[in-house]
Parts: sequence; C-alpha cells; structure tokens
Amino acid sequence: MNYFKHDFASLHELLVNKELSVTDLTQQTFDNIEKRDQKIGAFLSLNKEAALEQAAQLDQVGVAADNILSGIPLGIKDNIVTKNLKTTAASRILANFNPIYDATVMEKLHALQTITVGKTNMDEFAMGGSTENSAFQLTKNAWNQAKVPGGSSGGSAAAVASGEVIAALGSDTGGSIRQPASYNGIVGVKPTYGRVSRYGLIAFASSLDQIGPFTRTVKDNAILLNAISGLDPHDSTSSNHAIPDFTAKLNGDIKGMKIAVPKEYMGEGVAPEVREGIKNTIAVFEKLGATVTEVSLPHSKYGVPVYYIIASSEASSNLQRFDGIRYGHRAADVKNLEDVYVKSRSEGFGDEVKRRIMLGTFSLSAGTYDAFFKKAAQVRTLICQDFANIFSDYDLILGPTSPTTAFGIGEDINDPVTMYMNDILTIPVNLAGLPGMSLPAGFTKGLPIGMQLIANRFDEETMYRAGYAFEQATDFHKEVPTFGGKINEF
Amino acid sequence: MNFETTIGLEVHIEMKTKSKAFSPAPVKYGVEQNTNTNVVDWGFPGVLPTINKGSLEYGMRAALALNCEITKDIHFDRKNYFYPDNPKAYQITQAQTPIGRNGWLEIEVNGEKKKIGIEEMHVEEDAGKNTHSPDGYSYVDLNRQGTPLIEIVSKPDITSADEAYAYLVRLRQIIQFTGISDVKMEEGSMRADVNVSVRPIGSDKFGTKTEMKNLNSFEHVKKGAHYESKRQQRVLLSGGKIQQETRRFDEPTGETILMRVKEGASDYRYFPEPDIPPIHISDDWIEEVRASIPEMPDKRREKYVSSWGIPEYDAGVLTQTKEMSDFFEATVAEGAAAKLAANWLMGEVNAYMNANKLELLETKLTPEHLASMIKLIEDGTISSKIAKKVFQEIIANGSEPKAWVEAKGLVQLSDPAVLEPLIKTVLDNNEKSIEDFKNGKDRAIGFLVGQIMKGTHGKANPKIVNKLLMDSLKKR
Repeated sequence: MNYFKHDFASLHELLVNKELSVTDLTQQTFDNIEKRDQKIGAFLSLNKEAALEQAAQLDQVGVAADNILSGIPLGIKDNIVTKNLKTTAASRILANFNPIYDATVMEKLHALQTITVGKTNMDEFAMGGSTENSAFQLTKNAWNQAKVPGGSSGGSAAAVASGEVIAALGSDTGGSIRQPASYNGIVGVKPTYGRVSRYGLIAFASSLDQIGPFTRTVKDNAILLNAISGLDPHDSTSSNHAIPDFTAKLNGDIKGMKIAVPKEYMGEGVAPEVREGIKNTIAVFEKLGATVTEVSLPHSKYGVPVYYIIASSEASSNLQRFDGIRYGHRAADVKNLEDVYVKSRSEGFGDEVKRRIMLGTFSLSAGTYDAFFKKAAQVRTLICQDFANIFSDYDLILGPTSPTTAFGIGEDINDPVTMYMNDILTIPVNLAGLPGMSLPAGFTKGLPIGMQLIANRFDEETMYRAGYAFEQATDFHKEVPTFGGKINEF
Repeated sequence: MNFETTIGLEVHIEMKTKSKAFSPAPVKYGVEQNTNTNVVDWGFPGVLPTINKGSLEYGMRAALALNCEITKDIHFDRKNYFYPDNPKAYQITQAQTPIGRNGWLEIEVNGEKKKIGIEEMHVEEDAGKNTHSPDGYSYVDLNRQGTPLIEIVSKPDITSADEAYAYLVRLRQIIQFTGISDVKMEEGSMRADVNVSVRPIGSDKFGTKTEMKNLNSFEHVKKGAHYESKRQQRVLLSGGKIQQETRRFDEPTGETILMRVKEGASDYRYFPEPDIPPIHISDDWIEEVRASIPEMPDKRREKYVSSWGIPEYDAGVLTQTKEMSDFFEATVAEGAAAKLAANWLMGEVNAYMNANKLELLETKLTPEHLASMIKLIEDGTISSKIAKKVFQEIIANGSEPKAWVEAKGLVQLSDPAVLEPLIKTVLDNNEKSIEDFKNGKDRAIGFLVGQIMKGTHGKANPKIVNKLLMDSLKKR
C-alpha cells in the first residue's frame, strides 16, 4: 500500500466499495513495515496476528460507510497502554510488561474499528527529543537516515513520514509530537490539555502530557483528533468542553484571520534557514487574506527552565511506582527491600530518566521547593498570562516548531542543555495547556522545516482551519522521502 | 520543679464509603486478599485517580460536626515515599488545604468541662497492608489501599492523660453519630498517634515531644501518655534531655519503650496532585452536607431529658453510641413508653450484651420486638416476671414476642371469671391462713397469693389476684 497517495477518505472509499479488503490493507501495511523499518526502526513491536484476525472479522461484516476510520491500520506510541500488547515506554524497567487494560484512547479507537499494527519507538518514558533515549533501538529520520527523527514520539513520526502507516498516535509533554512531526515533514497535533483522556498514557508529567495524532494531512489529523477527544470519567483532568467537528471549517477561507508572530520565536536561537522558511509561510498567510502581526511573549524565555523543573518534579513522583514490586523489572540477587528498590531502578532506568528523577527530586525537596518548584509554578502562571494577552487580540500564533531541522544521530545526546533548548518553542504551549500543531512549511538541505500554529484553549478548530488553508495553498505536504532515490522499491 | 504536660493527638479514621477515595473499587472488610482492588489501586502504569465525591462529603460532615471552618478552595497533594503497601509510592493527601480548620469539641473530666481545639482535619487515602510471613516472604494485600481516611489533628490543649482519653471518647462518639465511620479501634477504623511533651509550669515554650504511633486502644493512649509524661519529668529532673523519638507502648509493663530516634524530619516532597484539579466548595454545597448530618448526641440527650422525661444520667448513657441511641429512638417510635424502653436497654439489654460479649446489633433483638414486649407488659398481657422470660427469647432467638407468648400460653390471667374459682379453691384449702389474716397477720396474704400464682404457673395477673383475694377474704 502506497500511503503517500492516500488519505483516510480515499482508503475508506476503497474499503467500503470492497476494492480493497481490510485484510489486504493490513497485510500490506505489515509489508510496508517489513520493507522499510529495517532502515527506519520505527516499531518496537508488531501486533500482526491480532491485527490480521481483527481485519478478517471486519471483512466479514464489511466496513460501514459512515465510519471513516473503520479498518484503518494505525501505529501507537509505546507509552500508550494496550491490553495484551506489550507496552514498554521504551524502558528496560517495562521490557516485558503486558498490560491488562486499554488506555481510553485505545477503547475509543477499538469502538471505531481501527487496527493497531504495532507500538512505536520513543525516548524512554517520553524523555528526550531524538528517540535516542530508547532503551531498545534507534529510529532514523524518514528523510535522511543519518538524522534523528526527533522525539520523544520519533517512532510514530517516522512511521507515518516513511509511509509505513497512514497515521499514528503520539504524546506531547514539551513538544514530543510537534518536534518530530516537524523533523519528518508531517502534521502533528498536541491538543488542548484536557481534550484527550490521559488514562492509560504512562505518565511523564501529568500537568503537561497530552496524546495527539500524526498524519500526513491536516484533514486526516482533524479526523483522528475527533476520534480520540472527549471527557473521560477515568481522567479528572479531561474536559467536558464541546467537541466540534474539526473538519467542518476546512474550506481554505481564512480571510481576516488575525495571526500573531512572537518576536521571541524568530530570534537569534532560530537557524537562519528555518527563520527564512517561516517568513515565507507568513507571506502565504498574508496572501490568503490573514493579517500577520509581530507580538511579544516576554516570559517565554523562561519556558525551558520552568518546564524542566515542573516536568521533572512530576516525573520523579510518577516514576516511583516502578519499584520492582508488582510488575516490571525486579533485580535478581537482592538482600532486602531497599535493595529491591535501588537495584531494580538502577538497572531498569536509563541515564536521561535518572537525570530527570534526580532533578525533580531535588526540585521538590524541603530545602529547595520554594526556590525551584514553587518559583517555576509561579513563572508558569506568567507564561499563561502572556498567551492569554495575545489571544485576547489574535486568533492564532505562528512560528517555527523547532529552532533547527533534524540534527545528526549522536550529535546532541551528550549535551543535555543543547538538547533541552530544542524544545524552546514548543514547551510554552504545554505549560499553558494550549493546542499546537506542526505542519510542513518548506525544506532545507533535504530536510523538512516545520511551522507551528498555536491556538487558544479548546480552539483547535481555528488551528486546523488555518493549517488546512496553508496546506491547500502550498505543496510541501506532497513531498515524500525517497530513501536515497529508491522510493519505487517500496 | 513542677511540670505541665502537653498532649497532641493525631487520629486517623477510616470512612465507610461504598467505594474507595480515588478508585471505583469497593470498600469492604474481611474478604480475600486483593479482591477489592483494581488497576488504580495497584498503581499500574497509566492509571489515574478520580475523586469519590462521597469521601469528600463525609470529610465535610466530620469537619462540620467538629465545628471546623471549611476550606473553600481545596486541592490534594502527593506525599512521596517508597513502601510495598503504597503502590504509587505516594499517598494522596491534603497537606496545604485541609478540608477543615480551627474546630473544637468539648470534653468533661471530673465534672469539669473543657474545649479542646482541633487544628485541622484532612481527607486522604489509606495504604494497603504488608504481612511478614515466617516463610521468609512479605505479602502485600491492597484491599485497604485507597480507603478514604480523615486525619484529625488536635491543638496543644490537652494537658493530661485523662483529658486525652476523654477527647478520644468524645471524638469517637461525634464521628459515630455523623454516620461516616464505625470508629472501631479494635478493627483499625480508628487509630491514634500520640505526642507527649512536658515543660516547667510557666514556660512559654513547649518541651521536646516524643511520639507513639498507631495506638489501637483508648486505654493504651491513656496509660502510655501518663507513663510518658512521668518518664519525661524524671529525665528532666535528673538533669537529662528529652530526645525527639518514636516510642512504643508496651502493654504488659505499662511502659513506653524507645523504638527510634528521629534524625531530622523525613522529606516527603509534598507537591500539588496534578491528576486531580482543585475543587471549589460552595456555600450551597456546605449547607447541603450540613443538612445531611444526623442529629448529634448532645441534641439527642437534651431531647430525651426535656421532652421524654429521661433522667440526665440515663440520657447520657443512651447517647454514648449511635447504635444504642438509634435503637432507643426506634423502640419509642414503635410505641413503647420512653422510660420503660430506657430501663430495658440500660438494664437487661446491656447485661445480656456484656454477658454474651455482643454488640447491640449483633443480638437478635429488634426495636419492634422490644416495643411489642413493653406494650404487652403495659397492657397487662404478661407479667414483669414472664417478661424476663420473653426477653431472653426475643434477644437470643429473635422471636416475635406476642406470637411467642401466645404459643407458649404465657398470657397473663386477668379474667376474674377464670381467677375467682381458683381463689375459692385456695381459700377453701387454707382455712388457717384466713384466720391468720383476720387476726391481723398480713403475711398470710403473701402466702395465699403465692398459692394462687403457683396454681396458675405464674401466669395470674398479681394486681387482679390481689384485688379479688381481698374481696373474697372480706366476704368470708
């Protein structure tokens, strides 16, 4: 199956008209993965047997004409809990963890009859921006296999960008959907905090985490977000906010839309070719009838330190449950209880995870709480106010997703601070709980540049509307990776 | 040098909500290990807590019953520590915004009334239970994990072991009447941590305190606090210093024994629970909860005395536990005279409970049956003597008194047409007694009544027998 030539609607038509069976589509998806994933390394585990069985059952009853996602194979990030399907969060501590329940998003997808083909690679416990922190394997950028796919949802992004699957779910705590979407030239959305249930998402930072979709088009993304949104009684932070049909206003008309470009997002730290790319997108929006104005988010410069304190603090608490007692890795050869804890966790967690547990534990400690966690929480409020001020006058914020395009494998991994700075443009969005989208906005040296659109809380509709108009006016989304010019081999 | 003692009590009470504080698993005791648990209680990867509104409302009930101010904007906090009975490795509690603050309750010691302040009261979750087996393994049972608790922290107003005891009795009584807990120390649904310190009288600084944790009997609290106060005074008088330490009350010797010295406070790294959004408690909500609180013991006691004619002391006894008070009120509602119902409950019923080591609700007695029996006595259907027999039957076997009395033929003989021939026979057979009576020997009456009662196997109505006998004697 050549997913580069399809979207949900065209696949759905083939399935409904029985020009293609769900079984064939599923089998062809596994064929895609088999051929490409040796190069890409997007998947940690495959769900072949169960997926084909489900496809066969679906073929017996047929795909309903009013259920666009029925029979569509999807990749799922490996920190989303899947019943009876190994879920590791790319950590040794969960290397053999087989969940006994499904995340709420999985229940919603099951109800819509999507097919889970496998679990995608990621930075361990979603901590990282390159997927190099996976305990199990490297994932390569779909456009250049010497480059990282971004992270932490690098597996999901690379799987979609390389055409292994048509769509995938990821999670975004500080940019973990948008940054890999940007590096891989696809569409990735972090919804408003509370839009999608976190129940069954292995928690990294509870006040920041959101699950969201990766797709190749804006419309498909809107469809998939509609499928997973909604209040969940299992998640008290999920919202009962009305869920509009996110595809309803995708008509290309954005005349009069007021777009703000924060000057902090176009400053020094942003690579010149990325800045250039974004300037070109601004011209497109203006041509479409939007007004684009420079604004300021004065506190966004504190985003990175605030984020690393809050996210690490929450993570240090969330990850305590991995203690070797009830599930997951338990060290052998232990003498007492403390040994079980210390050895199991020392063996089970990777360096980056340990680094953040230490940072978080420090930030929450009695002597440092006020100067770190409390102060960070206060600055977070200021960052939220910055955004609120902008959204009282503007419909949308535009900027780059990441200061650079994908960097080389191994390039940043030994310098955590440089690695952390990659998130400078995405982090404030999580801190403020806003929806954000990355979509392809150009190329430089064969690598995609990502544009970020940020909307007000629960206004994904405006974000999708603008993204769609841009996509229709440009051809960036039509570019596909060629894997060294041998695309036809796939 | 003379010392004064300061005692602080931290009391944990398990609330009997249907489901757990932050998971939908049921709260139930005495079931197989780990059966009342789900993925949330196990702290599985990806699970989230959801608040049981009921546990919050129960907490509000207790706070209101203890005269606390309700905190309007609350959030939960995480208290982080590793232990196998604590699956998430944090306890969800209220470190910064306790649901209740600045409450009080009133105690009475040696006839003197005193208000004891309540510093704060918060809602939190209980941990599971570890069992260390002789087979070398430790076992974890998570049935109790997540059971809603309230922790009630007293102000440093308690100055003696007797006051500490009175405080606990009073606290248990109030909580029991709110209906949120069984407050049974022996079952662990009420547990107390006790802090004791002493200081020279007149000192404006509290002395260093020692702590006894998880005491499960009021008696132990009293004895332990008393011993600890004396011990500290001895140490200070001999020139020693009190260390901040945890001690254990040793029942056989009545002494406290050092367990461990505290080396600085543990760092639980409290921070706001991000999985549960802050909650606003509106005035309407508070009033709604206030209206749901059952009548408190003081109000009931007052009602018994002023409206029902029960003596002050009896009213106090009847309101000591909610079971007794509820039972009493239900018996009266079934039509029994309040005074008689009170006498039976405080007398025979209490005696039966003590003799058989049963709680009131563990006996087979019901308010309907007790009221029915009391009515049988009042309308003369049974004698008080027969009543004792009936009582044993209804409390031990749960029989319906009227039906049982009839079936056993125990109905009192009050019909003169039945009794008169009997009296005639007895008099005919006891000429000597008639003579004695006429000679002014009153004892003869007793003998004759006895004979009549014997002839009726005790069923004759003594009042009527007396009257008929006198009439007959006068005619002879």
